[in-house]
Amino acid sequence: MATPTISTRPSSPTPRPKKKELPYPLNIYQTAVGKKWVMAVTGIGLLGFVFAHMLGNLKIFIGEVEEDGVLVQDIDVYAEFLREIGEPLFPHGSVLWLMRLGLIAMFALHIHAAYTLNKLNNSSNVRYQQKTDWLASNFASRTMRYTGPIMLAYIIWHLADLTWGFTDALYSNDGAAGPATGEWHHGDVYANLHGSLGNPISAIIYIVANMALALHIFHGAWSMFQSLGINNPRYNAARRYFAAGFAGLIFVGNVSIVIATMADWV
Amino acid sequence: MSANTLSLTLQIWRQEGPNTTGAFETHNVSGIPDDASFLEMLDVLNENLIEAGKIPIEFPHDCREGICGTCGVMINGRAHGQEKGTAVCQLHMRKFNDGDTIAIEPWRATAFPVIKDLVVDRSALDHIVASGGFVSAPTGTAADANDTPIPKEVADSAMDAAACIGCGACVAACPNSAGQLFTSAKLWHLNSLPQGQPERFRRTEAMVDTMESFFGSCTNHGECSEACPKEISLDFIAYMNRDYVKSKVFNRKLASQK
Amino acid sequence: MTETATLDSKVPEGPMAEKWDNHKFKIKLVNPANKRKFRILVVGTGLAGSSAAATLAELGYDVEAFTFHDTPRRAHSIAAQGGINAAKNYQNDGDSVHRLFYDTVKGGDYRSREANVHRLAQVSVDIIDQMAAQGVPFAREYGGLLDNRSFGGAQVSRTFYARGQTGQQLLLGAYQQMMRQVGLGKVKLHTRMDMQELVMKDGEAVGIVCRNLVTGEISSHSGHAVVLATGGYGNVFYLSTNAMSCNVTAAWRAHRKGAFFANPSYTQIHPTCIPAADEFQSKLTLMSESLRNDGRIWVPRDPDEKRIAADIPEAERYYFLEEKYPAFGNLVPRDVASRNAKTVVDQGLGVGPLKNGVYLDFAESISRDGLDKVWERYSNLFEMYERITGEDPRETPMRIYPATHYTMGGLWVDYNLMTTIPGLYAAGEANFSDHGANRLGASALMQGLADGYFVLPYTIGDSLAPKLGTAPVSLDDEVFIEAETEVRDRISKFLSIKGTKSPDYFHRELGKLVWNYIGMERDQNGLEKAISEIRALQEEFWTDLRVLGGTDTINSSLEKAGRVADFFELGELMARDALNRAESCGGHFRSESQTPEGEALRNDEDFAHVSAWQWIDENTPQVEHREQLDFVEVPLTQRSYK
Repeated sequence: MATPTISTRPSSPTPRPKKKELPYPLNIYQTAVGKKWVMAVTGIGLLGFVFAHMLGNLKIFIGEVEEDGVLVQDIDVYAEFLREIGEPLFPHGSVLWLMRLGLIAMFALHIHAAYTLNKLNNSSNVRYQQKTDWLASNFASRTMRYTGPIMLAYIIWHLADLTWGFTDALYSNDGAAGPATGEWHHGDVYANLHGSLGNPISAIIYIVANMALALHIFHGAWSMFQSLGINNPRYNAARRYFAAGFAGLIFVGNVSIVIATMADWV
Repeated sequence: MSANTLSLTLQIWRQEGPNTTGAFETHNVSGIPDDASFLEMLDVLNENLIEAGKIPIEFPHDCREGICGTCGVMINGRAHGQEKGTAVCQLHMRKFNDGDTIAIEPWRATAFPVIKDLVVDRSALDHIVASGGFVSAPTGTAADANDTPIPKEVADSAMDAAACIGCGACVAACPNSAGQLFTSAKLWHLNSLPQGQPERFRRTEAMVDTMESFFGSCTNHGECSEACPKEISLDFIAYMNRDYVKSKVFNRKLASQK
Repeated sequence: MTETATLDSKVPEGPMAEKWDNHKFKIKLVNPANKRKFRILVVGTGLAGSSAAATLAELGYDVEAFTFHDTPRRAHSIAAQGGINAAKNYQNDGDSVHRLFYDTVKGGDYRSREANVHRLAQVSVDIIDQMAAQGVPFAREYGGLLDNRSFGGAQVSRTFYARGQTGQQLLLGAYQQMMRQVGLGKVKLHTRMDMQELVMKDGEAVGIVCRNLVTGEISSHSGHAVVLATGGYGNVFYLSTNAMSCNVTAAWRAHRKGAFFANPSYTQIHPTCIPAADEFQSKLTLMSESLRNDGRIWVPRDPDEKRIAADIPEAERYYFLEEKYPAFGNLVPRDVASRNAKTVVDQGLGVGPLKNGVYLDFAESISRDGLDKVWERYSNLFEMYERITGEDPRETPMRIYPATHYTMGGLWVDYNLMTTIPGLYAAGEANFSDHGANRLGASALMQGLADGYFVLPYTIGDSLAPKLGTAPVSLDDEVFIEAETEVRDRISKFLSIKGTKSPDYFHRELGKLVWNYIGMERDQNGLEKAISEIRALQEEFWTDLRVLGGTDTINSSLEKAGRVADFFELGELMARDALNRAESCGGHFRSESQTPEGEALRNDEDFAHVSAWQWIDENTPQVEHREQLDFVEVPLTQRSYK
């Protein structure tokens, strides 16, 4: 395509230089619309993860079950099950690792796309000198760029807290079920959870993070339909309900675990 | 109809040229009839300024009936002012109260540099159209217009999109200064019609690429549609996204097969 | 002062229906490989300009397009609402090229050139095909075929439309087609470039001088031919339905260089506009004439009426159109409706705070058909009216008043659309050719596109072919240097007056004179007065104008000053043309020439001609030349709407 011959002046905007096109399918990711598409697809994957993660964790409400004649916490059984997926065809824990790698890739793409798009937007936008009156956007949509990094920080904390046990010095034994401070045990999900949530600071982090997550989902789970071009007047209204419902479900589900654990109902 | 008049305090952005820094300037106007349009109020201000020997304010305007798309300023934080589905030229002073303070600023985006005062350069939108916003049908080659029936619903939807007046309010209202609503409206107008099918994916790719070389990216806030004087729907952005990814993935050799 | 110098209209020989085809065969062609050696400057990018630039570029010419707007899509063609006529006969109601031709000649009150009108009717068919292929979203039936409506009193449904935005959609179609050529590098698009002067060498048009409206730079552009598609001059009235920046400058500069200006007094007044609300009103907004189908027009009989419309009893209402024209009633043609509205307002019967309108009342149709039906038909117009006036037409009658809407006069052109200056063409509203003394509804869009798409691209070859092998005149040539100097001098003159009044002040005052004396109804006394008063005001303009700011940036006062200066000269010529034409025809009504019933009375004996005015110099009035009009196919008859 020849360069359009339209008069240019000192005041005319300069287009960004075009990057060399990468081979298919990487060229899709080179464009902003393509990046949004990748964000939406990874977003769907991450929503699936968040949902499955919540379902798994809700097993804490099942409490003790009998396995091989021993009473154990159902959630611990579930945790062990995750490592056993694919056995005996695949070695112990390998499929879980595959899933984790997929998850990491989705996070990485989602974050990278968000970061680069944000940079693009900042370079495209000039701020008004008067207060802007927002009409259609909402708190959730305008705070995506903040709730995103909050989620990232939270995920690192969450892994350090319960998966790696780096923060077990903060565990607090509030009596009933929890282990003592510094007593993180690999695979002992139930006990670790009680240890972590025994500390109110930790509980607040979990609740606040879930609020951010819900906000992020409230906009993201609607936005992804637009980014993917899933739009039909027949069901467009349902997209909003879906996003709100999903955000609410995740928030209620996750926070119920936190509260129930703190209150020693489970 | 009433014969009320208004006195107003205007905070208007003044800027000498694209490379100078601007600032708000405060002016008072009085005796503005509430039947006057917003732009007529600015006319009065300019007449006053000329009388006082001061350089009048440059503001974009032309047809003053809401169709040419020339006018457009940010008024009290809203593109085209507070009246929904209305361009500045059709905003009337009866929507304001006596004694109001009104802040007036030019459209702001990196792709819309200020030329002077409230006038910005929107040539980026022309570049988008030049890159693909057309059907290649040279004069004299057309078949009879009724040879290609178009379902009424399709024609109506294309018209909804084609109603865009190219004022740039969508970019101005967008927190990311994205050009999605403008581009997608033109794309949907042409991509939805049978005449637009042969070039559909080529057009989509070209126009989106040109758009991205000037503007930001869509984060689906919806401010654009809300600010649009023609109330162009966000749906078109979704259709554009779909066609764009298709244009990258789809084997175009199969385009004539259903 | 009338010269009988021959104006060669170059109308081809042969039967009417074959003239255009014969002509296309006979005109000189430019070899496809040679077309790129010719540079054509197209000034104005509305319907006519964009479609011409696109088509010429498609043919292979080297095209440069100029617009003073920031983008071609702003041209005022965009504001046309109603539709575009074409003799497609899709509705099977007996329409044909001949009928459209006949209606247009008759509607123009026998003051147009038959051959041009016939060609217009012929190519109207191709326009619809072309625009549909461009993707213009015309209104359609459920079966997917194009919808039509009857418009402006036509007896057949031949008007194609795209909601109430037909002009917008057609302009965007032509604009997009041109932008395609811009993207391909075939058209060089100059935006925010205001043509200030036509450059001549050895009696031919060789280029233009423009002012860059952003940087103030004066630049010359040279070509083998220049096309002016710069629209009409309705803004001479100040208050009109034209956009604020519509002006006559390009055409006027050409006129001053020798292009004859034809029929300047033919202006069209549209009856259903929203009256001015206050003295600051800057423009008038037109509402579709279709409103007259269901609205009843009246004024109170008592000039001192203080009651609101609904409280005025039936007996005290003056339904002036229904009383005077029982057969057509509120549906009399535009000029008749307009003139009668002016008459009652002049009698002091006007309504509204400034007593400058007449009621258009929907109360009866609402009670007859129900609010829903009426709302369905006119909701967009009712909403527009309410947005502008703050009144709801469902509750209080609309107030309407006529406003200038279109100008039939313009640069004189021959059958090839070439002006009297070789190499200079005029297309669209800028030329005078097709509408005679009155334009039919939905014909403006048709003519702009006909000229740009199907006429000019062929006929321009005739003057280009002999120029093969010559380069455009060098920009270093003294004709360009001189023209640039003239432009600079003129601009600095505006700035050096340093008077007290703004260009807008003078424009407003000029507009009042033109409206009062050269408006809907003209008489000798008034026209003579107009000439002397315009001159007096013009003198004041050149001594008391105040233009502030510099020349090296956007300066709309400066732009305006140049346009108003040309409007003064045009206004005077309009008055002189109207004075010379001592008959009534179409949009031109001389009160001395009317039937006993007060209808326009034509004088075919003395005035079946085009008046084309030649500029002499600043101090000598223009000289009138006449092109006799012969009516072979459409016999002369007097209109009557009684």
